[in-house]
Amino acid sequence: MNILVCIKRVPATGSKIVLTADSQDIDTRYLGFTISPHEECAVEEAVRIIEAQGGSTTVLTLGPEVAAEQLRDAMALGIDNAILLETDGRDWDAGATTGAIVAAVRKQEAAGKPFDLILFGNESADSGGFQVGIRVAHALGRPVVTGIKELKLEGSVVRAAREAGGGREIYSFSLPAVVTVKEGLNLPRYPSLPGRLKAKKKPLERVTPAWPGSTLQKVRLKLPSEAAHQVEVLGQGPAAASKAVEVFRTLGILEP
Amino acid sequence: MILGLVEHDRGKLNPLSLEMLTFARRLAEQLATPLEAVLIEPHAGPVAAGLAAYGVSIVHVASHPQLTDYAPAAWAQSVTELMARLKPEAVLAGGSERGSEVLAHVAAQADLPLAANVLEAQPGEAYAVTRMRWGGSLLEEARLKGAIKLLTIAPHALVAEAVPAPGELSIQPFTPNLSANDLRVQVTSRVEATPGKVSLAEAAVVVGGGRGVGSAEGFALLEELAGLLGGTVGCSRAVTSLGWRPHLDQVGQTGTRIAPEIYIACGISGAIQHMVGCKAAKHILAINTDPNAPIVQRADYAIIGDLKEVVPAISACVREARGRAA
Repeated sequence: MNILVCIKRVPATGSKIVLTADSQDIDTRYLGFTISPHEECAVEEAVRIIEAQGGSTTVLTLGPEVAAEQLRDAMALGIDNAILLETDGRDWDAGATTGAIVAAVRKQEAAGKPFDLILFGNESADSGGFQVGIRVAHALGRPVVTGIKELKLEGSVVRAAREAGGGREIYSFSLPAVVTVKEGLNLPRYPSLPGRLKAKKKPLERVTPAWPGSTLQKVRLKLPSEAAHQVEVLGQGPAAASKAVEVFRTLGILEP
Repeated sequence: MILGLVEHDRGKLNPLSLEMLTFARRLAEQLATPLEAVLIEPHAGPVAAGLAAYGVSIVHVASHPQLTDYAPAAWAQSVTELMARLKPEAVLAGGSERGSEVLAHVAAQADLPLAANVLEAQPGEAYAVTRMRWGGSLLEEARLKGAIKLLTIAPHALVAEAVPAPGELSIQPFTPNLSANDLRVQVTSRVEATPGKVSLAEAAVVVGGGRGVGSAEGFALLEELAGLLGGTVGCSRAVTSLGWRPHLDQVGQTGTRIAPEIYIACGISGAIQHMVGCKAAKHILAINTDPNAPIVQRADYAIIGDLKEVVPAISACVREARGRAA
């Protein structure tokens, strides 16, 4: 089994987003970075599958040189190899990103190391385009399911479930395939110190794809307008409990 | 012509499709062009008839003997085929799980750009769109190119509105040319929702807990209050990452979007990831030791104090109020 996991480096935004002066980006000077949440679960799932049945895992990202940090993070969790599709910091839209990923996958195929399973997050936390996994699947002629929160491999058959209206829809199809997953698929492990040390020595291949232009072009970012808002402090500590009950009555949560 | 993909699950219309049709109709009016819709069988019949009320003039209904349940690539192929035949100006879908999925397949099949979760669109050679990033905490103005514009409409970006005087509706069945590949992924079975269970997304009262709850056991206090108010318990991402609660309970960008009458947020700081999930709550009561916590600033009501004392005190007050009423 050979698995590829595609991830994205995103800022850990905390409680407030601040934009750069030119409104082109989030001001990340005071922020840390992380793997987009759905993709943390994709990394964990790939590691678990290989632990159970053997094989090899590769993590790939398209981003600036510093995105190597997230590739090392994934390798600290047990991924074997990494591919960095290095950009100069320009925005790559979904179509452009797809082209670069497909070229990287084809290159592995040509080297006799085709991927049986390619995992993505359902959507990236930042740009949220909901489409790169599907575009890659089409370009490679593979089946794809999205939004998966339960994944089972039985030989070359994939059984995958996603939430739908309080219940679940089950899909069944054959490898090779593309699956996009959601947080909740598993509970990702924390990296161990030996894991971090090993990650430093694992192979990281760098490729610099050419920017093909964009068909969905960012003009600027802006913060949504928030209505002026005043909080009513009901009180301090347990003494304020009766005030809460009054609020419940006013809102019709409790019978008057 | 503007084409809208109307989504249903075994004949049950997704209300986001009506929001999308309202958005599409305004776009069509601006361009002085008709609004048409596409529906995929089986079970699409009853849905089709209701679309005249939303300004649709023609509904194209796709059916195929092997298409027996939802199949994303086959739904997309049906849309792509219509697109090639009818050359619409734009194709729209709701920003739901299926809407996003099918339109991404269409974009891939037709090699077109797709703008997801659009709030506003100004037509032109390229469309000037405003779309959601970070679950709506940040907006992006962008230029959408492509011979046919593909957009999904952000949920609740507008209110669905019927037309005052619906016109004639023509229903035009067609059989899409589906390949085996289009049918590789189709719903094979289902686990139905437990009847009668209040889901987090639909609950009228949600009592949420964050890292401040302190432990998995600490949630018993929240369960008690939720039970008394006929609500359900939610939690922050920090809590699911710590393994205190299952992911199904998570309120947030990567969890469930809630819309209760009141959200009682206990020991939750109010990270963006969490606030995206509860911004549709009609009222927020924050219980927090820190009066400067971001959630306190965004709440309607706040109690400053330790949730471990405040929550049981509220439960006791609710019991007492009930006792007096009885």
